[in-house]
Amino acid sequence: MKEQDLIWFRLPPPPVAVPSAPPAPARRTVTVEIDGAAVAVPQGATLLDACRAAGKDIPTLCYLETLTPVNACRVCVVEVEGARVLAPACSRTAESGMKVHTNSARVRTSRKVVLELLASSVDLSTAESLAPMLAEYGADPARFGADAATVAQPVKDDNDLYVRDYSKCVLCYKCVEACGTDAQHTFAIAVAGRGFHAHISTELDVPLPESACVYCGNCIAVCPTGALMAKPEFTLRQAGQWAPERQTVTDTICPYCGVGCTLTAHVQDERIVKVTSPLENGVTQGNLCVKGRFGFEYANVPDKARG
Amino acid sequence: MDLHVIGPDATADERAAVDALLGEPDSGWEGGARDAARDSRTSRGGRPAAVARRHLLLPAFHAVQDRVGWVSRGAMNYICQRLIVPPAEAWGVLTFYHLFATAPRARTVAHVCDDVACRALGGEALCRDLETALGPAGTPATNRDATWQRSPCLGQCDRAPAALVVRAGAPSTRAVVAPAASAAAVVAALPSTDAGVLGETLTELRDAVPQAGTDGIPLLARVGTVDPTSVEAYRAAGGFRALERAIVLGPAGVIAEVKAAKLQGRGGAAFPTGAKWEAVAGEAALPHYVVCNADESEPGTFKDRVLMTGDPFAIVEAMTICGIATRSERGFLYVRGEYPDAEARIAHAAAAARAAGWLGVDIAGSGHTFDLEVRRGAGAYICGEETALFNSLEGKRGEPRSKPPFPSQVGVFGKPTVVNNVETLANVLPILTSGAAAWAAAGTPQSTGTRLFCLSGHVTRPGLYEWPFGLTLGEAIARAGGVAGGRALQAVLLGGAAGVFVGPESLDVRLTMEDTRAAGLTLGSGVIVVFDDTADLPDLLGRIAEFFEHESCGQCVPCRVGTVRQRELLAQLRTGDAHARGDRLAVLTELGQAMRDASICGLGQTASSAVESAIARLHLFRAGSVS
Repeated sequence: MKEQDLIWFRLPPPPVAVPSAPPAPARRTVTVEIDGAAVAVPQGATLLDACRAAGKDIPTLCYLETLTPVNACRVCVVEVEGARVLAPACSRTAESGMKVHTNSARVRTSRKVVLELLASSVDLSTAESLAPMLAEYGADPARFGADAATVAQPVKDDNDLYVRDYSKCVLCYKCVEACGTDAQHTFAIAVAGRGFHAHISTELDVPLPESACVYCGNCIAVCPTGALMAKPEFTLRQAGQWAPERQTVTDTICPYCGVGCTLTAHVQDERIVKVTSPLENGVTQGNLCVKGRFGFEYANVPDKARG
Repeated sequence: MDLHVIGPDATADERAAVDALLGEPDSGWEGGARDAARDSRTSRGGRPAAVARRHLLLPAFHAVQDRVGWVSRGAMNYICQRLIVPPAEAWGVLTFYHLFATAPRARTVAHVCDDVACRALGGEALCRDLETALGPAGTPATNRDATWQRSPCLGQCDRAPAALVVRAGAPSTRAVVAPAASAAAVVAALPSTDAGVLGETLTELRDAVPQAGTDGIPLLARVGTVDPTSVEAYRAAGGFRALERAIVLGPAGVIAEVKAAKLQGRGGAAFPTGAKWEAVAGEAALPHYVVCNADESEPGTFKDRVLMTGDPFAIVEAMTICGIATRSERGFLYVRGEYPDAEARIAHAAAAARAAGWLGVDIAGSGHTFDLEVRRGAGAYICGEETALFNSLEGKRGEPRSKPPFPSQVGVFGKPTVVNNVETLANVLPILTSGAAAWAAAGTPQSTGTRLFCLSGHVTRPGLYEWPFGLTLGEAIARAGGVAGGRALQAVLLGGAAGVFVGPESLDVRLTMEDTRAAGLTLGSGVIVVFDDTADLPDLLGRIAEFFEHESCGQCVPCRVGTVRQRELLAQLRTGDAHARGDRLAVLTELGQAMRDASICGLGQTASSAVESAIARLHLFRAGSVS
């Protein structure tokens, strides 16, 4: 074989030195003291992260891992030594040397009063995460008197897919964030009005079918009180037939398109009654579209009816 | 952004009002006439355009409301198209501000103050008279294109009771009626279209400032004596000397001087001004902004109104100096919507200063650039909170932000911002012209300089006074002629609705930052409302509780619901069984603690202050007592 024929088989010369990967930057940490115990957390972490790293349970209401903290509910307040007022753990960045008290008398009083203010003005009957909190802090909402103002109002039942009962709204801003820049970018709802009259609203409070809503239901997924509820669950609850203890949950993949969203089917009495998606799922982060969240009724039709 | 603008179009009037502010629309996408050739193959705007235009949302709402009297859905839709704002968000902003109407109403509206100072001087009687003359508040009067409604403090406490009359049209007019001696005086002002907004004559200003024309009042020296509409008169009376000195000193020199003077903020928080300026000047992120907080809405406060109407060039000059010192080229003066005179005076002064070369590019040949814009609030006390003010400037709901980050790092439009109260800025001029040491010789070592005090209520000579820090409360009231009619003093509201009530036993307290702090009091915004033995204190407390409930932004639970519960508990204390008072007071105390500790901003943190001080210091609602 001639030299020129071999050209295709010639190996490239070995490199003189194999470059090594640059060293990983030292992971900067800050050390804070949580109830007397030092804990190191990555720079930029919040006090909530630090408290959780220290094994302290901080109650939260308006906080959700996938949304920008709005620190509006003030349930997660903690006491930072030297600060004039309490700090919201969910959004306050941990700073080196901070001494934090998660369960001081000041903290407990504020949490108790905040929970009493909510429970005396809002219907918390379907807010499952709040009942244990009210008990833990000894909240007594009745002490404001029988005539205390509430946000009670008629249920908004204006479309086939979900129901809005703002008597149950604690104004945590989660639905607005999910509809807006934190997930869906539809901007169909916003906080309107002011003070005690602040409320979640479409423009001029028009019914959802006349608004920009695309029925993704991502607002339902983040609602902590059941103010937003898919129609099947609402109907079953109205009929007294909603029975979580009889429900199973099964993860599957959405059959509609190629994205491959994980669906969690909640099944009661052999019927799908609700579809969610896991918050920690890398594809959805809990979000779905109208088909994934609401398009399951075909699966509830008996086999023989499908032919 | 995929805007879904559904529903009616704007009327010709509404479009004209918006176009006068924004210019003609560029395309069919922005609400102009559809032109297939132009609009179907071009893509404009997008997120950068939406972000860049959002700050014009409040000015656009004002434009429509000024012209038509209310903001219809069609008008809102057109504004949304022009500014690329989702209608739901625009609705959220529109309904946040109480001066905006979202339903048709009479063309002329009288806003009648029934707040603490006016209440003590017949505000409530005036409201009753108006009810007889015009019908219930908020309803259109028979045979008259006018209505009236109650308002929180209008900042006219020195000439209480007061009303603000607003008439929509092209041009619109806004006029202050104070003192509004009778319903007839308010009614007479309703149809007037020639009541210009350049109000407050020199005579009226001298009425507001009893010390006018005397020596030793550096902040008020020109008020009532120098024509506030003439740049030449201002120059002749020592104007722009401080700016000339600032140009010579340079940014670092100015900051050093302000720090040496130990000037503290006069808006209520008393933060060291020099430190604030230094922090912003040193921030690497650009641009920097100057914001003058002229949203003076603290009940009982009218000092910034008098400064702005009486010496507007001084505020323009001081903002310019601040701009040079902090490397800012752009400033905003955010004035409350209830101050038409102040807004017009400042806008006029800025234009005149610009024309004379004292503002804009290459100020007085120095190479420095600074310009300012006047922005109007729309009826929201909370926008006096600095971060809420930023959100309002950005075209959003006036909801306070969480601090940190502080404004010197992340302020308006996310950039380093120095935000100062009007009176704070005004102090910079005498500091530079007379030197820090001479300026700081007045007052006490810890509270340097002079301070403006707003005296109102049952006092012989209400008005705006300027005294060096250090006078006692009793001396201050005596210098204003003492309690009106020689009656006995019952209480003083010190520092505003967010301040404290004190009784006659506190008359010896020296009015300095350190003495008031040591006594558990506050100077706040310099408010001294005097109440004689005829004042109904439980009624006043009820009004203050209503005020905070009305002005809470609604963002955080302790303030949103807490201010309602505070009002309810006070009502229970007034009407309920005297023996149950101990229990109600205990609930009120714990509520106050939670509001103070857990609210996001100063509004919620101080909303219980006046109520708690009245209970503790004046022994109101003592368990078992009848008062």
